[in-house]
Formats: sequence, C-alpha cells, structure tokens
Amino acid sequence: MDFRYLPVTETDKAEMLEKIGAKSTDELFSDIPEKVRLGRELQLKKPTSEYELKQELTKMAAKNANLTEYTSFLGAGVYDHFIPSVVDHVISRQEFYTSYTPYQPEMTQGELQAMFEFQTMISEITAMPIVNSSLYDGGTAVVEAVNLSAGQTKKKKILISSAVHPEHRQLVKTAAKGKDLEVVELDLKDGRTDLDHLEKEHDEDTAAVIVQYPNFLGQIEPLEKINEIVEKQPKSMFVVSSNPLALGYLTPPGEFGADIVVGDTQVFGIPAQFGGPHCGYFATTKKLMRKVPGRFVGETVDEDGQRGFVLVLQTREQHIRREKATSNITSNQALNAVASSAAMSALGKNGVKEMSELNMQKARYTKNQLAEANLSAAFSGAYFNEIVVKLSKPVSEVNKKLFEKGFVGGFDLGRVYPEFENHMLIATTEIRSKEEIDAFVKEMGDINNG
Amino acid sequence: MANENFPLIFERSKEGRNGYNLPALDVPEVNLEEEVGESYVRKVQPNLPEVDELELMRHYTGLSNRNFGILSGFYPLGSCTMKYNPVINEDVVRLPGFSHIHPYQDTSTIQGALEMMYDLQVHLEEITGMDEITLQPAAGSQGEWTALMIFKAFHEANGESHRNEVIVPDSAHGTNPSSAAVAGFKVVEVKSNNKGLVDVEDLKKVVNENTAALMLTNPNTLGLFETQIAEMSEIVHEAGGKMYYDGANLNAIMGYTRPGDMGFDAVHLNLHKTFTGPHGGGGPGSGPIGVTEELKPFLPKPVVTEKDGVYDFDYDLPQSIGMVKTYYGNFGINVRAYTYIRTLGAEGLKKVSESAVLNANYIMRGVEDRYELPFTQHCKHEFVISGNKQKKQGVTTLDIAKRLMDFDIHPPTVYFPLIVDEALMIEPTETESKETLDHFIDTMNQIADETENNQDIIHSAPHKTSVKRLDETRASRKPVLRWNAEA
Repeated sequence: MDFRYLPVTETDKAEMLEKIGAKSTDELFSDIPEKVRLGRELQLKKPTSEYELKQELTKMAAKNANLTEYTSFLGAGVYDHFIPSVVDHVISRQEFYTSYTPYQPEMTQGELQAMFEFQTMISEITAMPIVNSSLYDGGTAVVEAVNLSAGQTKKKKILISSAVHPEHRQLVKTAAKGKDLEVVELDLKDGRTDLDHLEKEHDEDTAAVIVQYPNFLGQIEPLEKINEIVEKQPKSMFVVSSNPLALGYLTPPGEFGADIVVGDTQVFGIPAQFGGPHCGYFATTKKLMRKVPGRFVGETVDEDGQRGFVLVLQTREQHIRREKATSNITSNQALNAVASSAAMSALGKNGVKEMSELNMQKARYTKNQLAEANLSAAFSGAYFNEIVVKLSKPVSEVNKKLFEKGFVGGFDLGRVYPEFENHMLIATTEIRSKEEIDAFVKEMGDINNG
Repeated sequence: MANENFPLIFERSKEGRNGYNLPALDVPEVNLEEEVGESYVRKVQPNLPEVDELELMRHYTGLSNRNFGILSGFYPLGSCTMKYNPVINEDVVRLPGFSHIHPYQDTSTIQGALEMMYDLQVHLEEITGMDEITLQPAAGSQGEWTALMIFKAFHEANGESHRNEVIVPDSAHGTNPSSAAVAGFKVVEVKSNNKGLVDVEDLKKVVNENTAALMLTNPNTLGLFETQIAEMSEIVHEAGGKMYYDGANLNAIMGYTRPGDMGFDAVHLNLHKTFTGPHGGGGPGSGPIGVTEELKPFLPKPVVTEKDGVYDFDYDLPQSIGMVKTYYGNFGINVRAYTYIRTLGAEGLKKVSESAVLNANYIMRGVEDRYELPFTQHCKHEFVISGNKQKKQGVTTLDIAKRLMDFDIHPPTVYFPLIVDEALMIEPTETESKETLDHFIDTMNQIADETENNQDIIHSAPHKTSVKRLDETRASRKPVLRWNAEA
C-alpha cells in the first residue's frame, strides 16, 4: 500500500540512518523493552484508498437523516440556523484551520486579531467588558463559571435553576465532585425558576446562582428580579447562561447586574454536527479578569510602534502555574470562534437583531397555529424561539410519525423532567417557512388527535 | 517606517452596509414588546460591524495572510505534533449526514453517526490496548481530568477514598498537575534522573498508601522512552495506585507498543495531534480516553452500544462519574480522526511512528554539533536541545525562535520542558520530507554561525513578518481585551 502522507523514500531512509549512525529504524526503537512490546501487528481495518474510503464514508453519512433533508423543529440547546456561505470559506483557509495556538505572535497576527475581534463582538452582545477567546462549549463554560465562583467566594453552595439545560446541570454535578461543592437545583414554577425557592436557598454559603436566559424551556427568566435576590448576599455570583442570538432582541444580562455570562455561539455559523464541536464563550466583569479560565488576546505594539496582538495574562495558565492554575483548560475553540465571528460580521449590527426577531415572530406563529389545532402552549410567560406543548401520547411515538412525513420533531421533555411526560419542546428558527410550519402543525394536529 | 495598522473589522464598518440576506418574514407580525415587556427589550444594539460581503472576505483573507499554517511551511512545534492535516478529512466532515445532524435525533435516524463512533472506539481500543474508549472529552486536558475523576470514583468504590495524591514527573506537561488539582487531588512531584527519565528510586519514595495515580507520558516530554516503565507500573500498582498515560506523544510508538502493554490503566489521546484533528488555531480538539475492564463501570455516560448491527446510547450506568461534556464529544473532530485511521490502517500507522522517529533523530544528529544536547541517546518523535551555548554569546532561545521565522519556519516549542535551560523542543513529524529537514538543519546551523559572527541579524529578527517583536509586558500590565470605538 502507498501512503500519500509519508514522503520518506527508501533512499532517504538509508541516507538518514547513516547520518544517525543506526543500522535500521528498529534500532531507534531498541529502548522499548521486550516485555512491553506489542509483538504483533495492530488488528485494524485495512488501509483504504482515497476513492474507496470516500465512497464508504459517504454511504455511512447517508444513513443519517440530516437537517438539510428533513424539516427540523428540534432545538433544546442546538439550533438549525442559517449559515452564511462566507463562514465556511473563511474557516477553510489553511492558515486558520491548520495552525496552532498563537504562541509566536509575530507569525500569527491573523489568528490573534480574529480572537480579539471575537472578544469584542461577544462583549458587545452580552454587555460585559471582559470576554475570553472561547471555551469548549456552553456546558463546560457553565462549569468554569461555577469553578471561578467557588474559588473567588471560597464558598461551596451552588444554586442552579432546573430550567438550565439538563446536560449543563449534569456537567456541573460531575465537576462538583472534584471540588467538593454542594449543588442545589432550584424548582420550576410555570416554566421558570421558582423565585421563592431561590430566596429560601440563597444564603451566606452560596457561591453562585445560575440561571439560563432564555431558559431551556424557551422562557425568558426575570433577570431583574433574580438579581435583586442575588444582591442580598453581596458575595455570591450571578451567573447567566445565555443564547447570544436571543440577545439581539433581549436586554443583555450585563445590564441586569450579571457577574458572569456564558453560553454557546453555535447559533452563529456553526452546524449542529451531532453536538460538537461548538463554541463556548465566557464574559465577566473587570474585577474577575485575572481569574478567568482559558485564553485572552490583548492589544499591544511592536518595536516600531505598530499595533499588534498577543496572548495576555498567561500567568494564570497551567503551562506556567501547573497545579496552581485557575483551570486546567488548554485548548479553546479558536476555529469555531472565527466561524462565529464571520457569521456575526456578516449579520452585523442590524442582522443580529433582525434574525433574533425573525425567530421570535416565527415561533409565535407556530404557537398560535398549534393552539388552533388544540395544542396549547404549556406556559404563559414570555419566550424566545421555543415553546412547550402537551401531547395526548408519548413524544417518541409522535416523533416517529412526524419523521415519516419528513419532519424532525421536538425534544421529548419527559426524558429529563418526569413532571413533563408527553411534553414536547418545539423550536422554530428563522429558516422555517410559513409553509413548513403549516405542514408541521397539520401533522401534529392529526397525530395528536388521531 | 512602520506599516499602516491592519484594520480591525470594526474599522472597516460603514453605516448602511450589510453582508447578509435573511429569509423574509412570511408570517403575520405580532407585537413582541407587548409580550416581553419594555425592560426586556434591548435599547442599545451591539456595535457589530456593518460590512458588505467582499469587504468581509478581504478582511478574513487578509487576516489569514498574516497567519502561518502547516501548508505555509515547516512547523516543528514540540509536543504538538503539527503534521499535515489531510484534506479528505475536511471533505468527509462536511458531508451533510455528518455536519447537519442533531444530537437529540432518535437514534434510529443517526445509525451512521453511531456506527462511526463505535468503530472509531474499536480502532482506538486496539491502538492503545485499552478495553473501552469514550469519545466524550473535548480535549486532552479534559480527558486527563475525566480519567482522574474515574480513578477517584474507583478508589471510593473500593473504600479507599483517602487516596488523594497524584504523582507527576517534573518533566510533565503543565496540564497534568493542573488537571489533578481541578479533580481535587494533591500533586506530588517525582524527579527525573540525569538520563532524562523518571528516577525510579525517587518514585519508590513518593509512592505510599495515599497514592491515587501516577501520570506519565511515554515517550516523555524530552522525547525519551521511559525504559523502566514496567517497573514503574509495578511499583504504583503494588501500592494500590493507578497508572495514567498522557497520550500527547503517542505518535512515537504506534504499532510498537501500547499504553495497555506498558501497564497503564487509563489513557487519553489527542485526536488533533496524532490523528490529524486539525489544531484550528488553538482548537477545537478531541481527547477521548480509554480504560481497562475494571474501570469501565465508571466511564462518563452515555456509552455507545452495538447489538446485531444496531447502535444505541446507554445511559443506564449507575457507577458512572456522570457526563463530562455536552452531547457526545467533539464529533466533527472524531470524524476526521476516523477518516485518517481508515486511510492508513495498521501498516500505515506503524510507518507513521517509524518515520516520525527517524525524522526526529535525523534532525537531532544534524544540529548536535552546534547546540547543546542534554540527553544523547536516540530520541523518539521529538527531542530537546538547549540554547545555553548561544546564550553565553548573547543570543537567547527566544532570539533563535524569532530568527527562524525569517526562513518561513515556525519556531519549535521554547522554554519547555522546564528541566532544560533555554530549551528548544523539536518535533518534525513524519509528514515532512528529508529536503525540509535538511533546510531546517542548515538554518539552525546558520543561526549558530550568526551567533558567532552576525548577531545583529538575529536580534533584529523577525524581518519578514507582518509585525516586529511585540511588547508582551505592556500587553499584560494594562490589558486591552477589546476594541473601543472612542479609542
């Protein structure tokens, strides 16, 4: 078999071994003791030619029902949005996708500037002054907010709303075991955080209060009221996990007194791709700047006084601080941050607002039409682009029938909220046309009443 | 004379321009403000740029021209495995059946995705010698942390929750001690000996009844194989601890030995290193971990299962440490790694390691006359030299790094590992030709010459980059982390 990624020829090998002073390449591996050697060949599928492999993987991919063929009303944290063509052309440039973390700034100004622009855009959207250059995803960003809060306040109690994404709550619980933190999940009331429960639990041991805005059920949490409660304990941190697209229309958490705002920029230019990679963001106040996990890019000048960018505040990081670092995070999601930046640049000041409003308008149309088909929304509060409806039968059964008609139905809330058995979480984004919504509503009505 | 600043996208903005068309509003419009309430309606719009599509593309093309990728030139960044990122990977991951699928679709509608994950796991199990792989961790450091949390759960399940110490060599990657700390362990350091290997006598001293695990990369960060690995495993196991393999350096040993053969109990892999992720300018990566049979019950959930050719997720794992990353990990990176492994097979992967080691030794012998080589035995896929000789003459390792840029070479990793002064850590990878290696050797030796007779050209380097040396101290003292309109 020929290997097109391996350029060393037999002649090269002979010349190189001579220079090294070794008889064979085996000699270079002679330091591996016999008793730990594999002693056989690896048992893997055979090497595959480019053509055959592409055929095989194309077929494998085709076994998946994809969102370009099916009309999706599934959201629950991952959304099917319009991705401008510019995005993929930008991130397909090898200088972006093959490069390493920009530790040599003179050679990597492009990446550094792109990160600086990303930080600025997220700062604008969230109305928070300090933003890092991205984290793995929205869920791990919540975990990092918890870690920062616990470290900063030296307190152990974490109050997290049950209306925060269920998987994000699970990540927090997993991580809490490492840090020995107590996680209290706040009850729901009409699809939002129960503020009475929050008031009751919020005490001098509380490190952080975490809510999602809009929350997992689509509802818009009353951040103003929540902040009033959080402020009663001056030390505890107010953490808001926020879909940045919603902030094109909604007042940003930074204006409601949030200490930390996190979320995922998947809504801007990143395909669903089975849940990852997406792109977490982390925004906070100036006071907490030096405690923030991950990387920052800062502006500076070169020897000639020309503007340039470098990684800054690296003394917080593990490659210097080792066990005393603020976090063990090494990589960020630079390439996806570039993708989101390109999408945010294309949309610009007006487009983000327009797209946000389109989501809201279309979601309201879906809600109203479903109500006419006897499928009323479960909650009465204000919402962004997702609604909850109660069905007369199991969601999985309804989804199976919807799938036969070319739809990917909504999220089965009963999977994670026992009290919401037979409840479906339905997302409507800007790319759903009236025609598609009408067809979906008709099928929903027929299946539910059938 | 200074060049003009390359504009920020915000500085290209002009009111009234736009780079988008959204679908039209085709449903009856309702009053949103009435429903949401006035105080929840955003008053000041985010100051995002207003640019047309050409301006946007010129901006990002301009930025990319001010960046350096693997296709731009040689990138011997030690520990990072900057090998060629095959373009077929990029085609495969963009197939709509991989890129446009939702994590909460019914599993019957995403059998291809599950099949890929399952088969990738099977391949990685064989490559590492582990009994089960999870693809969930987003990156190597998250993999480290996940495995440590598994060790913690394992020890607790055995009534040994007092085991709170993790042993880490002084040559280890900084992530190792940091992950251990985040997982709630106390870090204990074990020294290296004068051969650059873990001092086994010192290991015996630090191991005790509180030992939870030893974290090790093999070959280590000096590019040297820990020849006493079997003894080390025995010492740690005898004390009741677990062995953790940091897979950052797996590129050196594929098909020769496996972490499982060396006695490791858990392993992480950096799919963006060894298996052509790619690196993306800092991420996304992917850091699956593998574990032995006895640790399987503690793996993060869900795990992928297969029965009679039907794939599914299993969430029913009562002893699981829980979820560590949303959904199922960085699927898009895993698709690329799978494509790479299937291209090469066992035969190709072994050749990868053979060539990676050959290339590193060839460079090492080509520069050892002019640079201090602290450890002289054959290396594996990378090696570390010291710039001590040059420093005595007034040229630091940082200077050497900047001078390399003039030759379209990305500098090696510098000042790491910490146990070598003025370190330059060089990892050529297997995808580079002998001609490229010769160019690098000649350049390094030319810089050694210049250190003796033309230092100015080194101190004033880099000469060809878009900016000169940057004031990093100023940047960190008063950080400017975003653009401001009024500035």
